[in-house]
Amino acid sequence: MEYFETKGISKFFGGLAAVNDVSFKVEKGQIYGLIGPNGSGKTTIFNLINAYYPLTKGEIYFEGQKISGLKTFQICERGIGRTFQVVKPLKRMTVLENVMASAFLRSKSTAQARDLAMETLDFCNLTAQKDKVAKGLPIASRKRLEIARALATKPKLLLLDETAAGLNPSELDEAIGLIKKIRNSGVTIIIVEHIMKVIMSISERILAINYGMRITEGTPTEVASNHEVIAAYLGEDYSA
Amino acid sequence: MSQYYGRLLLLVVLVAFPWLIGDPYYQHLIILFLLWVAIGSGWNLISGYTGQILFGAGAFFGLGAYTAALLMHKLEISAWWGLALGPVLSGLLAFPFGWICFRLRGPYFALATLALNEIMRYIATIWESLTEGMVGILLMQTFVSKLPYYYIALAIATGCIVTMELLMRSRLGYYFVSIREDQEAAESMGISSVYYKMVSLTIAAIMMGLAGALYTNYMGFIDPRVVFALFDISIMAVLVVLVGGVATIYGPVVGAFIMVALWELFRSGGFGSLASLSKATGWPFMLTVTKYVSEAHILSFGILVVLVIRYLPNGVMGDPAKLRKVFLFWKRQAT
Repeated sequence: MEYFETKGISKFFGGLAAVNDVSFKVEKGQIYGLIGPNGSGKTTIFNLINAYYPLTKGEIYFEGQKISGLKTFQICERGIGRTFQVVKPLKRMTVLENVMASAFLRSKSTAQARDLAMETLDFCNLTAQKDKVAKGLPIASRKRLEIARALATKPKLLLLDETAAGLNPSELDEAIGLIKKIRNSGVTIIIVEHIMKVIMSISERILAINYGMRITEGTPTEVASNHEVIAAYLGEDYSA
Repeated sequence: MSQYYGRLLLLVVLVAFPWLIGDPYYQHLIILFLLWVAIGSGWNLISGYTGQILFGAGAFFGLGAYTAALLMHKLEISAWWGLALGPVLSGLLAFPFGWICFRLRGPYFALATLALNEIMRYIATIWESLTEGMVGILLMQTFVSKLPYYYIALAIATGCIVTMELLMRSRLGYYFVSIREDQEAAESMGISSVYYKMVSLTIAAIMMGLAGALYTNYMGFIDPRVVFALFDISIMAVLVVLVGGVATIYGPVVGAFIMVALWELFRSGGFGSLASLSKATGWPFMLTVTKYVSEAHILSFGILVVLVIRYLPNGVMGDPAKLRKVFLFWKRQAT
């Protein structure tokens, strides 16, 4: 049995197929990349895994159990955490409170939740900002907060949605370092990313999609040299 | 521990109040104030902290009130048992109502609660064989003195505030605020938003039901227009918290004090000063003014809300820095 698997998942918005019959498998401990041009359905796939949208067709399995059909919060309880592309900080709470709120899922008491939250903040290098209100954070910290909040639910599988978008080069290196650190702590990661430097340097396998359909899947070098991928990104002229 | 001194002082003042001021009129006003602290805390929990706007506080308050009244009226059991059963029934109404209506969001939920309030009022009006309809139910009050009612009201209000203090520091508090801030984010943090909103509404309904049951015992008379009143209960609950400070534990305390004082100021024509003025001057037009002023409290509330939203959008307790500025400004003007 695969660690994580989607079987022919599809999502139709009316007549538009946002995701069409996509199947892929992720092994335990992997960093699995998801690439594709704007609007190709990457975030929609996350929203399907996360049950933010109901599936039109297909099934999703995690650790040998079917998770499609569960509610969003139940999927989080099963051990799948996610971040949002458009960050969703709990604005009028402090950074610590944000992370504590999600740490309660795996804690029995407030003190325990606080400890877990402090640990997570330390891991994400946010300790210095713990008492700041989330509303006033700069974008790089907000993205890290998003990750910290997902990590505080102690996920086994983490869905990262464009965590590196909008960061400057030095912040980018920090983000890559953090993602690697998360993987080394034993969390499997599926990552959506536009910045090729990030995705090519950290993913072990990559799935390329366009118009909601699978183009190819393989190691970063295989995917980067695939004609259809180049055509999808740069146009037909460059793919020859 | 110094942070508790202010609260302790407030409690001591309230405990000592009836011994310092023997006038039953002021004791009555403070009982009303304490009832509003309970109702306001409930509204603050579901709407201020959990972010689900409730326009139906009257439904839960009225159910608590009618439970107490009907116990005496139909079963000849002491209406005081209503203090136990009223909140239970209010909670039992809130839980399934939440289960159905928390699938609605924002204004749609608010409208559903408005409908609940009206439904409850119509049931109480039409079901005459049970509730006596518009005639209302009259009970014999147990005590002549106001003191027992005063201390029970104080116990209920203190209980509500302590509950809020404990609740907002616990898992539930964090979950409620998370749901208010971003429901999608909360769900993907493993929080079942529908379930926790139901919990929040149920606790709020229990506080309101408790206030309602005491109201029946204290006033000795209820009818559907009084306890299921849309303005006098449901909207008043919103105003109490809005003026005092949304999502602050002591906001409802300050708000209840201001609103009850303002209400009484208008109802009594400046605590009787207008009436005595008209008697002293003998001008007939003062009588007319007194009559209109006593009916203008709703107008004054409207103006108050506009002023609060314009100058203190977070309420009196919500923005201490701004409040200080406003007062300093007045002081500077005076000197």
